[in-house]
Amino acid sequence: MRQHGRVEFIEQHFLKVLNHPIESSGELRYDAPDRLEKRTLHPHAETLLLTGGVLTVERAHSRREMDLHAFPQVLPFVESIRATLAGDRSALERLFHLEFTGSVARWTLTLVPLESKVKQSVSQVRIEGARDQLLKVEIRQPDGDRSLMTLRPSTLP
Amino acid sequence: MMVRRARVLILWVGCVAFAAFVVARAHYITDLSAFLPSNPTPVQQLLVDQLRDGPATRLILIALEQGDAAARARVSTAMVDLLRKDSQFSSVNNGEAVAGQRDREFLFRHRYLLSEAVSAERFSASGLNAAIKETIDNLSSPAGLLFKSLLPRDPTGELLNISDQLARAAAPQSRDGVWVSADATRALAVAQTAASGSDSDAQSKAIDAIRAAFATAAGSLQPRPNNGVQLRLSGPGVFAVAARAKIERAAVRLSIASSILVVALLLVVYRSLPALGLGLLPVTTGALVGVAAVALGFGAVHGITLGFGITLIGESVDYSIYFFIQSRRTVGNGAAGRSWQRLWWPTVRLGMLTSVCGFASLLPSGFPGLRQLGLYSISGLIAAALVTRFVLPALLPGNFAIRDVTPLGARITARLQGVRRIGRAPIALCSVALATLAIAVLFHDRATLWNRELSALSPVSIQEQDYDAKLRADLGAADVRDLVIVSGPDLESILRSAERAARALQGLVDDKTIGGFESPANYLPSMATQEIRRSSLPSASELRANLKQALDGLPLRPDRLQPFLEDIEATRHAALVTSRDLAGTSLNTGFDALIQHRSDKWDALLPLRSAAPGRPIDMPRVVAALRDAKLDDAQVLDLKQESDTLYAGYLSEAIRFSLGGFLALTVLLLIALRSPLRVARVLAPLVLAVLTVAAGLAIAGVHLTILHLVGMLLIVAVGSNYALFFDRQAHAEEGGSEALTLASLVIANASTVIGFGLLSFSQVPVLVALGATVAPGTFLALLFAAIGASAGNAHAQHS
Repeated sequence: MRQHGRVEFIEQHFLKVLNHPIESSGELRYDAPDRLEKRTLHPHAETLLLTGGVLTVERAHSRREMDLHAFPQVLPFVESIRATLAGDRSALERLFHLEFTGSVARWTLTLVPLESKVKQSVSQVRIEGARDQLLKVEIRQPDGDRSLMTLRPSTLP
Repeated sequence: MMVRRARVLILWVGCVAFAAFVVARAHYITDLSAFLPSNPTPVQQLLVDQLRDGPATRLILIALEQGDAAARARVSTAMVDLLRKDSQFSSVNNGEAVAGQRDREFLFRHRYLLSEAVSAERFSASGLNAAIKETIDNLSSPAGLLFKSLLPRDPTGELLNISDQLARAAAPQSRDGVWVSADATRALAVAQTAASGSDSDAQSKAIDAIRAAFATAAGSLQPRPNNGVQLRLSGPGVFAVAARAKIERAAVRLSIASSILVVALLLVVYRSLPALGLGLLPVTTGALVGVAAVALGFGAVHGITLGFGITLIGESVDYSIYFFIQSRRTVGNGAAGRSWQRLWWPTVRLGMLTSVCGFASLLPSGFPGLRQLGLYSISGLIAAALVTRFVLPALLPGNFAIRDVTPLGARITARLQGVRRIGRAPIALCSVALATLAIAVLFHDRATLWNRELSALSPVSIQEQDYDAKLRADLGAADVRDLVIVSGPDLESILRSAERAARALQGLVDDKTIGGFESPANYLPSMATQEIRRSSLPSASELRANLKQALDGLPLRPDRLQPFLEDIEATRHAALVTSRDLAGTSLNTGFDALIQHRSDKWDALLPLRSAAPGRPIDMPRVVAALRDAKLDDAQVLDLKQESDTLYAGYLSEAIRFSLGGFLALTVLLLIALRSPLRVARVLAPLVLAVLTVAAGLAIAGVHLTILHLVGMLLIVAVGSNYALFFDRQAHAEEGGSEALTLASLVIANASTVIGFGLLSFSQVPVLVALGATVAPGTFLALLFAAIGASAGNAHAQHS
């Protein structure tokens, strides 16, 4: 679907345990076919890099590699975005039950995890878009916590 | 006469029965101890402990190759699942995150005693603020979400800290949920056996269990024909088991083959079955007495003594050959071997004694394996010679007859006529030239002549060693070549020392001298450290006040953290963590592997990792760092270097002793022959043969090992018999048939060359070393002795 692209994001986490949502922002880069980089700039620098089945988390002083097969509960947070950007319907169908509503001009994709272990961490992913642009990604957790990521074309250098 | 004969036989049967009794009851050991010093220095003792029972010896490295990545991962998961249920293994790891519920509970319950981050500062208002802020930040990352549910009880993220602490040992990378090599073509796993690595039987069973689990796991995949995943194992235990099987196989196969060949040779020569049977009596008696003497002298017999011993007393087959052939003229009439005893026995006895002198040089060695071989050969040869002298004549049947080999001898004598015509001076010149050439070669290669690495003796091929190194590099943590060892009278004292050493080592990690290290205190801090952490925990009221201040500006309400307050208060009144608490968890394996204790001495091991794969650690800097930290009782051990030093010590010691043995042998000959010239003539062919063989090996690019040295001893031991017969022929007033003497020597040499020549076709480097030295060496010794004697005769005839 897309070959590569850069967008800015603002992400809000609504967690019951916290009094108010926490907010982070940064840039999302995608390179076909399977490289997704989420660079958080505020409030703290952190880079998440998804290549193949490995998620690398890099911060100021640490670098951690996570094999997503070992931590399937982390999978929907990243794979949903990557597979949607890649237009990789079969990758999405391996993990989720899909529901597409709306039109090409303005669509909503609802993803519900299939695996029970994944369901424990994510109950639903809702992606809104217009044509080949992603606009919003909302991830709902079974305990009622959720995160909402809003995307817009990058203005960063 | 009959009475004496009966007495001799009764004595012999009695001795054999006693020896058989001792041999049957003897204790046999197949572990590494044959190679380890019997009176070790403290550092050597550490080395011995490590090589015998150290954590490194208990590791079996498992690689799955071929097939596709997904198939390898599935086989790995299923196989490890089976092995984890097997009590033979104290741990099996393929990277799967199965740190059991129990482990997590243990770590979580004791987090405020186990986490290195715990201090009074950490629970002050500002410390709490920083720690909680970081935990909240983590929540916005998918990785941090894993800890979300723990926030109310663990707002400072101590569990994450402890995980990092334990993960300090570098882990290999994972794909599809299991460890894989750097190039991702192999799936990897590590099994640690409960039994020590030197217990070859237990290792063998463990290896079988892994193969069986692999077969089951691979078989349970859908039967896809191209699945084709292959299992490959490596590690010290695997090598030891393979080596044992290989040596046993090689020894059995080669000794059967050489026995058949030697027996065939003797049958052709003797054309007499009784002669064949009787001819084997000296060597079998010698072997039995040799093993019995070692069992009595050392208390236990090493596997290598049994393996090599028989080849060392191969000389005793020669004794019966000399006896039958040389006494042929008189055999059959009543005089039997009596004239042989008068004419030839003194020469055989002298030859035997020179061999004993040679082998005696093995006795003072610090290498228990060599000492045993020395005692075995000496007692075996003496027994074999005595059987030849006293028992064989007593057992000869009245109508005993073997084929006349005079024609063979005559043909050889005719060949030597040519040598006689050349004359003495040119032959002497040639000998000097050959010796000079050989010495020049040896001098030129002197730097690389000897292989001083212990691995030279290893029956493991270079390819297998390389493969092992590759797996170790991929697995990162598993290589324990460099260790810091701290000792003390009890567990608490060594844990405290380990913590002090860890602080010094952390400095080396920071400046990249080392890549990292492990410590038992990472699993179980000392009581002193735990006590400090416990007493740094604030009281409930103080913590509540600090927390209120700390949460100012953070999106977290203090009442959310009630469970945290409760847990801290509980820890303040809880007992400290002991090794007993650790025992129920899988963490205990990691801890146990780093702790050793014997009676009242405890050692903590801190294995070091190099900063980059293949880069050696700068050990002097490690030593200096520990010294600066005033850790005087800490020892630094480089296993490979120490074991090489040990072996190099054995080697130079063995070379020195061999030269001493040669000196003793010269003195013995001087006393027996009473003529320096005759002694020189006896020794010259032997020295020339040894030099030529050594130079030949050097030219062929072989680096000499301790087994080559033993081979050279054998050349001298066996060759001295040849040279002494020629000497006797030249000097005795009443000489036997020259043709018969020559024939007996040629046949004896043929049997030696066959036996040792076969060894050099073996796959086992140590057997090859022995074979490739002795077979050509004894042949050359006979050739040089015969040429020298002929030239000498020519001279005598001319004058």
